Amino acid sequence: MPPRNNKYMGAHRPKNLKGTLFRLLGYLKPYRARMAVVFLCVAVQSVTNILATSLLQPLLNGLAVTSANHDVTLTRFPFIDELAYTDKAGYLFAVVGMMAGIYIVSLVANYLLNRLLVAVSTSTIKKLRDDLFSHMQTLPIKVFDTTTHGELMSRYTNDIDMMNEFIARALPQFVSSFITVVGIFIIMFVKSWQLALVMVGMLVIMGFIVKVIGGRSKRNFVAQQNAVGKLNGYVEEMTEGQKVVKAFNHEEIAVAEYDKINSHLQHVSTRANAYANIMGPIMNNLSHFFYAGIAIIGAIIAVNSDNPLEYVGIIAVFLLYIRNITMPIQQISQQINLLFMAVAGGERVFALMDTPPEVDDGYVTLVNAEIAEDGTITESVARTGRWAWKHPHSDGSVTYTELKGDVRFEDVTFGYEEGKTVLHDVSLYAHPGQKIAFVGSTGAGKTTITNLINRFYDVPDGKIRYDGININKIKKADLRRSLAMVLQDTHLFTGTVMDNIRYGRLDATDEECIQAAKSANAHQFIKHLPEGYNTMLTRDGENLSQGQRQLLAIARAAVADPPVLILDEATSSIDTRTEWLIEKGMDALMEGRTTFVIAHRLSTVRNSDAIMVLEHGVIIERGSHDDLIAQKGKYYQLYTGMFELS
Amino acid sequence: MIRKLLKGAKGYEVQSVLTILLVLCETALEVVLPIFMSNILNTMQLYAVDDGLKGLTSSMIVYDFQGKTHSLLTYGTGTVVLGQMDILLNTVYTYGILMVLSAILSLTFGSLAGWLCSVAGCGFSKNMRAMLFGKIQSFSFANVDKFSTASLVTRSTTDVNNAQNSFMMIIRTVIRAPAMLIFSTVMAFVTEPKMAWIFIVAIPALAVVMFLISTRVHPLFKAMLKKYDKMNASVQEDLVAMRVVKAFVREDYEEEKYRQATEDVRKAQLKAEKLMILMNPLSSCVMYGTIIGLLIVGGLDISLGNMQGGTLTAMMSYCTQILSSVMMICFIAVQLVMSRASVDRIYEVLETESTIKDGAQTEKKVESGSIDFVNVNFSYSSNEDNLTLENIDLHVKSGESVGIIGGTGDGKSSLVQLIPRFYDVLDGQVLVDGTDVRDYSLFNLREGVSMVLQKNVLFSGTIRENLLWGNKDATQEEIESACKAACAHDFIMSFPDGYETDLGQGGVNVSGGQKQRLCIARALLKKPKIMILDDSTSAVDTATDAQIRKGLKELSSDMTTVIIAQRISSVENCDKIVVLDDGKINGVGTHEQLLQSNSIYQEVYRSQQKGTAEGGEN
Repeated sequence: MPPRNNKYMGAHRPKNLKGTLFRLLGYLKPYRARMAVVFLCVAVQSVTNILATSLLQPLLNGLAVTSANHDVTLTRFPFIDELAYTDKAGYLFAVVGMMAGIYIVSLVANYLLNRLLVAVSTSTIKKLRDDLFSHMQTLPIKVFDTTTHGELMSRYTNDIDMMNEFIARALPQFVSSFITVVGIFIIMFVKSWQLALVMVGMLVIMGFIVKVIGGRSKRNFVAQQNAVGKLNGYVEEMTEGQKVVKAFNHEEIAVAEYDKINSHLQHVSTRANAYANIMGPIMNNLSHFFYAGIAIIGAIIAVNSDNPLEYVGIIAVFLLYIRNITMPIQQISQQINLLFMAVAGGERVFALMDTPPEVDDGYVTLVNAEIAEDGTITESVARTGRWAWKHPHSDGSVTYTELKGDVRFEDVTFGYEEGKTVLHDVSLYAHPGQKIAFVGSTGAGKTTITNLINRFYDVPDGKIRYDGININKIKKADLRRSLAMVLQDTHLFTGTVMDNIRYGRLDATDEECIQAAKSANAHQFIKHLPEGYNTMLTRDGENLSQGQRQLLAIARAAVADPPVLILDEATSSIDTRTEWLIEKGMDALMEGRTTFVIAHRLSTVRNSDAIMVLEHGVIIERGSHDDLIAQKGKYYQLYTGMFELS
Repeated sequence: MIRKLLKGAKGYEVQSVLTILLVLCETALEVVLPIFMSNILNTMQLYAVDDGLKGLTSSMIVYDFQGKTHSLLTYGTGTVVLGQMDILLNTVYTYGILMVLSAILSLTFGSLAGWLCSVAGCGFSKNMRAMLFGKIQSFSFANVDKFSTASLVTRSTTDVNNAQNSFMMIIRTVIRAPAMLIFSTVMAFVTEPKMAWIFIVAIPALAVVMFLISTRVHPLFKAMLKKYDKMNASVQEDLVAMRVVKAFVREDYEEEKYRQATEDVRKAQLKAEKLMILMNPLSSCVMYGTIIGLLIVGGLDISLGNMQGGTLTAMMSYCTQILSSVMMICFIAVQLVMSRASVDRIYEVLETESTIKDGAQTEKKVESGSIDFVNVNFSYSSNEDNLTLENIDLHVKSGESVGIIGGTGDGKSSLVQLIPRFYDVLDGQVLVDGTDVRDYSLFNLREGVSMVLQKNVLFSGTIRENLLWGNKDATQEEIESACKAACAHDFIMSFPDGYETDLGQGGVNVSGGQKQRLCIARALLKKPKIMILDDSTSAVDTATDAQIRKGLKELSSDMTTVIIAQRISSVENCDKIVVLDDGKINGVGTHEQLLQSNSIYQEVYRSQQKGTAEGGEN
């Protein structure tokens, strides 16, 4: 695993904070009403917490007060305050009852807000995931060829998780902390703006210290992340290559090397964790310093003021709230961090969602057809086994062309990148039912040709015609439905063997799937699997051999039953003897279909109608096997093993 | 579990113990600091209510710097004299400075503890990783197969990380939370035993609530994570197979599958969270209940004049401390249970003994390269009924060349892996140089046997660094002659940096054929008595293939060579060719003999003839 640079630890700011944030919040729109209730509950919670604390003093005062004196701060509810002078127990129960009521309101608000939020956040995140995935399905192959899977995966895992964290936790907490802090500050400024300013000054100092230590911690976490990446990479490399390590008695050297990386990791992670660990004590004790500071400064001001006694009361209030304000401030700083991370994640997710999808301006579609004896074609709703291209014209008329599998390349020039052509002026034709083979080294352009036929990539220059229709006019989905591919790397899906074969045509019956497996010579081994066709395949069919997986891929193509077949190194992982055994199945599959074969091993292509030898994107030789052998050119050299294909 | 964790802290015991002690001191200060704070606050509040004081009968005793005792405000009707402001100042100074001092101490202890904890924790995980890696290096392949490579990697990364976190948590909080609980409870009983009994009810109530919810939530979250993994696996699968998806126009189908997966996750998460969100209100409920209980009991006492307001405030702050430490303890318990799985997985590896150990004859070296398989049975799963190799009897003289032919899964690689003892036989014997391979030390045996694997692995580094694996003291001359024999010298020199070319991880910068030739050169540098080539020239053209075989003979004529190949042409000149079929020897002989007598060999030959021979060499 290459060392991943951790995007989250770096203190980088997102590029478009506001836009991304609003877009993210836009996902909450359908839940506007519920979110309003959530925020209301948050506010209620913050207010009730402040209220409950502030009831304590009137309670104590009321219990202590002996005679009616309206200067003592009590609850300010006359009928309750009256009790303080007449019935102590009654007063006590009245105030405690009020507190209990406030607590109950707070608890209900807490539960309600969380209950709503859980429902909203899980649904929102599901929507985000679904949107991202369905957009990803529409992206052109190019995106997948140029972006690593790991990078795309991390949008689904890290980035979306981060957004989830933000919506489900950070957002409500942020609002709650914000309300608390603002509320307390308002009280503070009303009571004494001078002391409030002192408080602000102290918070600035706190913020500064948080920034310095937090910054160091972050830097070291980045270093730690890199070290972890390096270590994991080494472990993976050594574990994968363990046979070599053992064959060369290299265990001790490997351990020594590992120790070095391990020690480095220890060093940086010690620093990173240490900074993170001391953050807690620092914040905690800073609030103690502030407390003592405000008390001393306040006392000095009080002694020198006109009305010292009143001032002392103000200080008392300040001291009460200092304890309540440090926690939310600490939380706000964490939440701002989370916000940045979520927005950074959101930016990456939205960037993928904004990647333009595959262009498809094709209007020729594939329809079920009934073909009369005289060749007239009529569209049919039911599956007839015959197909036709439905070609609407600008004058409103519609023509039908029978689907046959005639493919032509006319002067096709193509490159994946601007200015770097991979294919030069390639012209070729394949009549229905013909087998055309491509031979050449890696990078000669063989696979590119197949990429063009099914429009994974579009040709800017020259034309490819399918049954005489320019393929750029054919709807991509319909074009691809008329072709089946068996690729070099077989990919199977989690599901039963039957499911995997049926992937070729979703409405195929079990019998049709079994028939396809038989024709691909896969039936034999499938029968011997523990549960036959119902055997579950997991992780890309890891319990099957490469050859068996390849056979399943062939069966999958067979069940699709298209007129054109593309075999891209389909038999490369099967040994020659097995290949010889399945050749019959392959022949049966190719029977009556236009087939493009790309092969490394020349025995596979020998009986083709035409063989194209590609070199650097140019067809240098073409003809049947016998023609090419007679030419004694490159094909002859390859064939006789005088040249290495790489 | 804790004992297991402590084992990993070797070398960091001092730091660990110091952390625990420092945390204890910090905790003690944390209990003291609120007392100072409430003293300041109470003093202020006593002064604050100016005229109202007439109605108050509170009193308080404070000490100033000189240790003089001042009794404040014990009037029934008096007024505060301005002159008494200096008592106030003195009080605030005294406690303010005490607070600052304690805070400095607490800060020092806390930071030191944080630092030492990090040293110990990271040292712990370093030890764990080193132990794991060392252990894995000593593993036999049977061991590795049992765990699977991916799982070993997870164990040495994610699981170690989890264990480190719980270790750090243990030394920082396992002592702190109970200490806080005990300190505060004791203080509560000392201050006002009449009220403290409320805690005796509240503590178990809270513990039960926390315990019930977390034990119920845990499996729900586990189930959710499983669904979550499944959901991500489906993205991964879709990404990898994107070409297939698009080729079969299955975008909508995949989307539907994914929607199902995200819906499953949503439901599972909702189910778990629904329960989880009860935790906060329920534990708050206990907390509020306790506060209200305290207020009622204490308030009644105050109204009767049996108690003072300050005591009640103090009890309230103990309430917070006690209940939050109970929550902390429950939290730690849950965390420990969760990380327990990780620790167990680590120890499962550490406690596994390698199934292959050095033999008794530690001094014995491989002198000649004869190989004998005597009635060998072999199975990867040590299962008599599922033999990979059956009844193999094969004798190879020193210096001979042997070719092995067979289809995928016929046991070719399994057969040769028994020679350097990557696996042990189930029955029978493998002898090298006349001695059972199980009697050699692994080091000496593998020094004498070189093996080029089917799956070629080059490591990140330069070409030279990779070649030096064969012999770390090899001279440039030796390196070059090995590379020439393996037909690698020329292409190496064609790189701008020659032997210093950086290969990148996994040797990504060279083609398949070049990689194979480098691996052969690397194996040759060991100057082995036995050289095994496991399908290691498959990507090399036939001409180079032949040249390599010639090169090998020339470089060392008395070396025994075992060649596994797909191509008949790679083995046809061997002294002996073995045809394997389904784990059994189907035939042994020279190319000509087998062509005459062995039907499988004939079939293989025919299948390749179609490809290569007709218009070619023959």
